[in-house]
Amino acid sequence: MSARIADWTKGEAAIVYQRCGSCGDVQYFHRAFCAACGAPDPREYRASGRGTVYATSLVCRAATPETRAHLPYNILLVDCAEGFRMMAHGEKDLAIGDEVTAQFASFAGKLVPFFTKV
Amino acid sequence: MSFITGVGLTPYGKHEGSSSLDLMSRAAQLALDDAGLTRAEIDGVLCGYSTVSPHIMLATVFAEHFGIRPAYAHAVQVGGATGLAMTMLAHHLVEAGVVRHVLVVAGENRLTGQSRDASIQALAQVGHPDYEVPLGPTIPAYYGLVASRYMHEYGVTEEDLAEFAVLMRAHACTHPGAQFHEPITVADVMASKPVAMPLKLLDCCPVSDGGAAFVISSERTGADGVRIRGCAQAHTHQHVTAAPALSELGAEISIARAKQASRLAISDVRYAAVYDSFTITLAMLLEDLGLAGRGEAAARVRSGYFGRDGRMPLNTHGGLLSYGHCGVGGAMAHLAETHLQMTGRAGHRQVRDASIALLHGDGGVLSSHVSMFLEQVR
Repeated sequence: MSARIADWTKGEAAIVYQRCGSCGDVQYFHRAFCAACGAPDPREYRASGRGTVYATSLVCRAATPETRAHLPYNILLVDCAEGFRMMAHGEKDLAIGDEVTAQFASFAGKLVPFFTKV
Repeated sequence: MSFITGVGLTPYGKHEGSSSLDLMSRAAQLALDDAGLTRAEIDGVLCGYSTVSPHIMLATVFAEHFGIRPAYAHAVQVGGATGLAMTMLAHHLVEAGVVRHVLVVAGENRLTGQSRDASIQALAQVGHPDYEVPLGPTIPAYYGLVASRYMHEYGVTEEDLAEFAVLMRAHACTHPGAQFHEPITVADVMASKPVAMPLKLLDCCPVSDGGAAFVISSERTGADGVRIRGCAQAHTHQHVTAAPALSELGAEISIARAKQASRLAISDVRYAAVYDSFTITLAMLLEDLGLAGRGEAAARVRSGYFGRDGRMPLNTHGGLLSYGHCGVGGAMAHLAETHLQMTGRAGHRQVRDASIALLHGDGGVLSSHVSMFLEQVR
């Protein structure tokens, strides 16, 4: 198996996805196999951070003191240029269809992807 | 063939001092009494889960506590779809001759047994632990994302969504067991506190204490019969990040399978009981199931179509939005109410005709679906 590239879930300022060498399917949630065809060892790539807003929800009620300190915060689903969808944070005035690019921000003690309008 | 021979439902809201087992037991006794059965006659037990009192063997914990020694027992976990999934399994167990009488039970002191924050946090864990939960989402946020997209694609407005909250509250006002009895207006919903936009407080179901139970049997135990005509499931994803396009969600798949299993069409349905964790959930499911055209469910609410006296009475007890939501028991109240309607026992809530009912449950973030048709037999 190829070595994992560290991404934001491991504290690195990067978004990483996998592409299957056998069927070409792209997946965002890391696995040791392709969920579409089952082939082992899909290759990892760093994403460009470019994408389009698919959905948004401005969170105004949170359940922990750490997240409450950030209220309100905008949660997005972003369709990334490489063909996968991801959840992230973003500017509060983003709308569905906006072209966006990824930065990274600190949230509740962790690094999270934060999208801004291109 | 299988029949729903008894139902039991506690009021929802605050049951100060009651444990999950207390609420399960109360509902189970009501269901047994309704079916006219004794503990010794119950040979199967299916139960849901309790976030307040998690246990790896809740069905046997309950069976011991309640005083039955079943031939078949285990818990089932499919989020909000659990109640109907258990009923579907009971139907198949009875049809296969494994057991004669299955007790399906759930109950939870979710409101008074833990803090509201603890409930919200426990439920948010349906999100992906690495790729979603660190972003601080809540269940309303997962559904808020879906709502934003649905509104964008189909031209649905926040005022449209508010109609569903108003309707469920109007129905709850006629049920003494409901958590909320104060009528609300679209303006009240619009002015309620933002939770996860576009969803506001009154677009969201409450956290409740309560219990619900059914008995599913191989034969009728009384004169009135409610038969499970056919049911089906669909599971397309767990996490909202991995959800398919809006036009490919599981409700459409499960209803197609259930129609095939029951040899029924939507035009046969006289009463609907549909999962309504949020106003958007109800709007989408009604349209996915074919009970309204795309983007047209709110207009049908406004025209009275889903009212008690309308063409398709819907959740006449007030649904999750206003009867209350105690976890697995939450959507089981929909079936308990349907049973009362189908057996002519709904009192001043009674609809004219509930001869064929459609029930639909959803778990996760539109992840797991169960569709079920019930038929009145006399």
